[in-house]
Amino acid sequence: MNGIFGLHEQALNMKASRLEVLAKNIANADTPGFKAQDVNFQKVLSAQSGIAALTTTHARHLKTSLVNSNGLVYTNPYNQSLDGNTVEIAMEQAKYGKAAMDYQASLDFIQSRIGSIKRALKGE
Amino acid sequence: MALTDIFSIAGSALAAQSTRLNATASNMANASNVSSNEEDAYKGKRVVFRTLVEDQMMGNVLRPAGSVTIDRVEDDLAPHSKLYDPGNPMADDEGYVYKSNVEEVSEMVEMLAAARSYQNNVEVINTAKELMSRTLEVAKS
Repeated sequence: MNGIFGLHEQALNMKASRLEVLAKNIANADTPGFKAQDVNFQKVLSAQSGIAALTTTHARHLKTSLVNSNGLVYTNPYNQSLDGNTVEIAMEQAKYGKAAMDYQASLDFIQSRIGSIKRALKGE
Repeated sequence: MALTDIFSIAGSALAAQSTRLNATASNMANASNVSSNEEDAYKGKRVVFRTLVEDQMMGNVLRPAGSVTIDRVEDDLAPHSKLYDPGNPMADDEGYVYKSNVEEVSEMVEMLAAARSYQNNVEVINTAKELMSRTLEVAKS
């Protein structure tokens, strides 16, 4: 089943985890000292494809990974706040809206894939 | 599962913000209380939030990391104003009563801020719910 949806299945998982990270930011908009986070897609990609990892030639070599595989990065706020909180609620809402659209896009790709397989099976 | 965690995280924020709303309601209700000394006079309550850094059981619900919880409720340290009112039964020997240190205007602002944050989290839950139900409907098409 894995091959049918191609990369959209993993993309859906990644986008759902980004939604969760952004939901955490919005939930903690009033928590003193909370640092907002985001998912950097490039970091996830390079960790998945092993670009940033050193090549190992022996089974007992230590596995190295220079980047965090979940791609979490701290957001730089546009404005500082006195209590050390770096959540900017308007930015987070905009990001959350975009992330929701991204999720729906992946969902639509999967849905159209299912549709075309069904049409192929019916022979229409 | 990432999408289901959003419900608990935003839900914890709803609980935290409604505690903040409760504190404001309590402050507003006691704003005109007077007392015969400064220590007993009503002090405004301020709710301080904290983030859970790892998954934790609270009562019988599992709160995922990133949820909000109430760290403590602190008294407002603003000074109390003295009012000369010898006829008041609460007046001290010199005829003064001590008012609460609650500023009604800033309490109103606090209430609006808490209500806005509450609404934000409701929207987060609505979007997550919409996405989840759309995901469930993928197979039906």
